[in-house]
Amino acid sequence: MRSYFLKRVVSMFITILLITALTFTMMHSIPGGPFTREKAVPDEILRRLNEKYNLDQPVFIQYLDYMKGLLTFDLGPSYSKIGTSVNDLIVGGFPASAKIGLLASILIIIVGIPIGVISALKQNKPIDYVVMFMATLGITVPSFVVATLIIYFFAGKLGWIPSFGITNPLGYIGPVIALSGYSLSFISRLTRSSMLEVLRQDYIRTARANGIREWSVLGKHAIKNALIPVVTYLGPMIAAILTGSFVIEKIFAIPGLGKYYVDSVNNRDYTTIMGVTVFYAVFYIVMVLLVDLAYTIIDPRIKFGSEK
Amino acid sequence: MSDTILEVNGLQTSFYTHLGEVQAVRGLSFKMKKGDILGIVGESGSGKSVSALSLMKLIDFPGRIKAGSIVFDKKDITNYSNTKMSDMRGNDMAMIFQDPMTSLNPVFSIKSQMVEVIRRHRKVNRRDALKVAVEMLHLVGIPEPEKRIHAYPHQFSGGMRQRVMIATALSCNPKLLIADEPTTALDVTIQAQIIDIMKHVSKELHTSIILITHDLGVIAELCSRIIVMYGGMAMEKGNIDDIFYRPSHPYTRGLLQSLPRMDSHAKDRLIPIKGSPPDLMKPPSGCPFSPRCPHAMNICREEAAPTFKVGEGHTSVCWLLHKDAPAVEGYAKGEVADAE
Repeated sequence: MRSYFLKRVVSMFITILLITALTFTMMHSIPGGPFTREKAVPDEILRRLNEKYNLDQPVFIQYLDYMKGLLTFDLGPSYSKIGTSVNDLIVGGFPASAKIGLLASILIIIVGIPIGVISALKQNKPIDYVVMFMATLGITVPSFVVATLIIYFFAGKLGWIPSFGITNPLGYIGPVIALSGYSLSFISRLTRSSMLEVLRQDYIRTARANGIREWSVLGKHAIKNALIPVVTYLGPMIAAILTGSFVIEKIFAIPGLGKYYVDSVNNRDYTTIMGVTVFYAVFYIVMVLLVDLAYTIIDPRIKFGSEK
Repeated sequence: MSDTILEVNGLQTSFYTHLGEVQAVRGLSFKMKKGDILGIVGESGSGKSVSALSLMKLIDFPGRIKAGSIVFDKKDITNYSNTKMSDMRGNDMAMIFQDPMTSLNPVFSIKSQMVEVIRRHRKVNRRDALKVAVEMLHLVGIPEPEKRIHAYPHQFSGGMRQRVMIATALSCNPKLLIADEPTTALDVTIQAQIIDIMKHVSKELHTSIILITHDLGVIAELCSRIIVMYGGMAMEKGNIDDIFYRPSHPYTRGLLQSLPRMDSHAKDRLIPIKGSPPDLMKPPSGCPFSPRCPHAMNICREEAAPTFKVGEGHTSVCWLLHKDAPAVEGYAKGEVADAE
């Protein structure tokens, strides 16, 4: 177990290193820089600014400087929001993204999985068709369309929910639904097919042949097996959702991390681009690690490293 | 008769697929005495497994028991609800399956699976159930059962898993055990061990056993009564000596001839039964074996044969046994028997 963890941590560092190096070079190869403005900035000022932020150095040296800061969790100052550090930006923006993401994840799990199970049990019955039709819609219709429709009908026409912001608790409804739509549909389809697959297995017949009650056959023997592929998808999905969707955040005007991310790319705000990328990457990798750990709990066939 | 454990009359099971009705079992009748080991033999697709699942009433959609009755332990279970059946399954009648590799749930420990079955049918606490489970594992010859019971199925070999299956099936001391090809997926040495175990437990626990197999060798080892099935019907029924020494149905003969013999020479070829089993979507009228039968007569293709009594407890469904049929060497004439 310990050697497995060590391996995972080492590979995590290598992944981060690759991600930062790639992002850093790509970012610097985009024309323009953080201080390029529509109205040309006098050369002298530009030179001084570049000097102040070390932007006059070769890219490789800048990268090393950046990585040095990263080691002490210093993500540097934001170039566009003068006076705030990237750390502050993330600390300020992440909670809003995470709150919406967490609600969306909970919705996906407590609605998506049961829906999938029900439609598997009612295979080829009307409820199955209705649910799977909805799920297909949910997968194919992009989230920004869903978000726009929600705003149009529920915020605009009916006026039930605010059209932007999350100062009012009702404001969460729109973004949470728009954010969870795709994954919820995907999870319910995945659960359904996985459940159908499991119900055909010999061990389900064995359980029935041994007189195990039907609720236990389904609710215990079948579900635990059916959830294995679902968990695989759930980990990265939750990571992606918690870190926020910048499209949704933009549409609902939520002061989350996603909005800063998009803005930072437009502004060539190098440190913010890097900071948010690293933050996302670490978060994602940790979630994947957690999923792998969750595997050992639901599937005893999976063991780590040299364990007996 | 008080010593009858199971009586099946005119059992018909069909699967209603979108291509049409597949008549897997087409009128199976037999009686089984308590403590007997009954063998049901036949090639793939002859309806053996579906018959077994029908007896447990485990036929899944789109299959259905169409007609017939099943009387188990003096109770007519034909119309029992699924809930009522589930109280009996694993308790009064139990079943083990062909493939032990996939028949145990991979994500639960042996202990958890066995204890759940025992506690389902017996009012015992966890510790006592565990004790029973360990005893059962010991009975089927699993070494160090008190340790091994905590393991998961993937930590067992195929033979060991089949032992676990048997132990679980027998843990509530059922009156009847249905074993559907229990040794088919195992290698030969393990087969012999599993057969020994079944012999042993049937004696020890007085369990009646229905053994379904296509392996006549296994039948010969274990069974006292044999039913030869073909095309969803019983072709011949008899005691072990009747079937092996006095086979009176061309299909039974074909099966026996296709086996290698100890006294045959290496050069001798086995005699296979030509052709393949009938399409049960459109079963042939008349005798299902007639298209492959070397002695088939016109009537065989037109009309199903009645049951002829060949000897005490030995019956055969074949026109050759009719008093007007041309004499064929080895087939004695029989009398039309009453339907069982």
